[in-house]
Amino acid sequence: MAKRIEATDVTAYYGGFKAIENINLTVEPKTVTALIGPSGCGKSTFLRSVNRMHEVLPGARVEGSLTIDNQDIYDRDVDVTAVRRMIGMVFQRPNPFPTMSIFENVVAGLRLNGVRRKSILEEAAEKALRSANLWDEVKDRLGKPGAGLSGGQQQRLCIARTIAVEPQVVLMDEPCSALDPISTLAIEDLMFQLKDKFTIIIVTHNMQQAARVSDRTAFFSIEKTGDPGRLIEYDNTQKIFSNPSQKKTEDYITGRFG
Amino acid sequence: MGESPHRSAHAGTGGTRVATSHEWPAGASARVAERSGIPGIPDNGLGGGGGLPRARAFGAERAFRGLTLAAGTTVLVVIAAIAIFLIAKAVPALRDNTESFWTFEGWFPNDDPPKFGIGALAFGTVLTALLALLMAVPVALGIALYLSHYAPRRLGNALGFLIDLLAAVPSVVFGLWGRDYFAQPVADLSAWLHRYFGWIPIFGDGPYGNSILLGSVVLAIMVLPIVTSLSREVFRQTPTANEEAALALGATRWEMVRTAVLPYGRPGVIAAVMLGLGRALGETIALALTLGSTYAISFNVLQSGGNSIAANIANRFAEANDTGRGALIASGLVLFAITLIVNITARAIIYRRREFTESAA
Repeated sequence: MAKRIEATDVTAYYGGFKAIENINLTVEPKTVTALIGPSGCGKSTFLRSVNRMHEVLPGARVEGSLTIDNQDIYDRDVDVTAVRRMIGMVFQRPNPFPTMSIFENVVAGLRLNGVRRKSILEEAAEKALRSANLWDEVKDRLGKPGAGLSGGQQQRLCIARTIAVEPQVVLMDEPCSALDPISTLAIEDLMFQLKDKFTIIIVTHNMQQAARVSDRTAFFSIEKTGDPGRLIEYDNTQKIFSNPSQKKTEDYITGRFG
Repeated sequence: MGESPHRSAHAGTGGTRVATSHEWPAGASARVAERSGIPGIPDNGLGGGGGLPRARAFGAERAFRGLTLAAGTTVLVVIAAIAIFLIAKAVPALRDNTESFWTFEGWFPNDDPPKFGIGALAFGTVLTALLALLMAVPVALGIALYLSHYAPRRLGNALGFLIDLLAAVPSVVFGLWGRDYFAQPVADLSAWLHRYFGWIPIFGDGPYGNSILLGSVVLAIMVLPIVTSLSREVFRQTPTANEEAALALGATRWEMVRTAVLPYGRPGVIAAVMLGLGRALGETIALALTLGSTYAISFNVLQSGGNSIAANIANRFAEANDTGRGALIASGLVLFAITLIVNITARAIIYRRREFTESAA
């Protein structure tokens, strides 16, 4: 269920602007990898290149190679929708489909895959909602609008929607930045459980969060505004937060800059 | 996608005027600042020193509220006035009518005794409008989706502008064009339809000419720009977050449109269609020029004939005597009622899904 991701010399552009340059890193299966760094350093851009969501923006493109279990996801013959099914994504702001019920939200991805049988959908919805620790809170109101839930519940609903299609990798782009501490905790707990099955990459601005949830941490930074973001250091989380080998990393995690 | 700056520019225009009309806090803080001697920094905030300022007896806030109330009331008054006028003029003519107003197929209100019936006119009005929508709405939604989600942005804007221009063409131009240039191709099409699809009752025999089909096609072209333009705006409002959510689940572009864009735009599209329907139901000159002005209820849309309430008013008003005018006004009242029913139905459809549309942040 979980796969290894290897990025080699990944460079991404927004039109003429180079947002990240020559990122090299390998993400092991069934681990949580945190991407940290100051605003504008390209963490989210890198994350979005991993499931080819970067190219959705007009003029955006990616160079270099990104492989998932040695298969290049940017290969011309690869179906981009298959890549995104394999590599799910949870966004910064909870974004359930406003016109859909809780149930419809969870099974939206399955419906896109052509699953029609009600019994299969119901089973999958319950499983995904249980995995997202949301089942007990919503089981009596699955027909109600998903947008009527609280922010934290909405985000867990989005996680349920993402894992319902059983991806190999789950990308999370600051999933807790719009949430209160209790909802944040719920989602962090969830990440511990999910990493049994999925490879998780999470972008976060919260360094305590990175230290709590991740096995490996990648620190991104930029020289100055307008420069492309680069990967400064990538190591075990424990090492990054106790004894980083780069001065820049140390400055950042101790709060001296960024 | 990627059009968020554009959208936020739209969103911002509503709020600014209201905000600038609250002048007193700025003035108050400036005065406080002067007293404290530190320019720009009020030492004890807005409420400090001399207690809270009294609420204004008359300010921009109240003036604005009064203005909106007046505007809202005006609509009601105008509608009530129209209804009263129509009823007052229509009742005497209806009393003089010697045939059933609802079922008689014919319009002789100037004769003695007067005979006229609304059935065929109402039927023609609703049939032409529905056929027009049936043809226009799918095309309009297609264009709107193309402009908002498929076309390169500059091309989309240019085409959108052209479509809006189409809405500005006077209806008499459409009518004349339909009568003088479009009638022949439609007659040829009618003959073809009858030959191959004659087994469907609506594609009956000729003579072909100014038919319901011609009227509806011209009408369809006329409502197309309204429906397109409004739907396009609605589709563009779809939150990027929802579109990305669909794409990230592995949706193709069309699947993304189906999962995120269309459901989100549904209430707006219904409203757009209703506006188009309103225009179609009330269209006068174009139909007066392209329909056959007969008074028979017939589902054969190819045969010369057909009529609508508004077109009939335009055609018959000049020759009408007192009873004739009353009869036409009575028909106008029926049109009023049809429009009302249509709008209430539309509201009901939107209202039924309010739980989902209201929570759409």
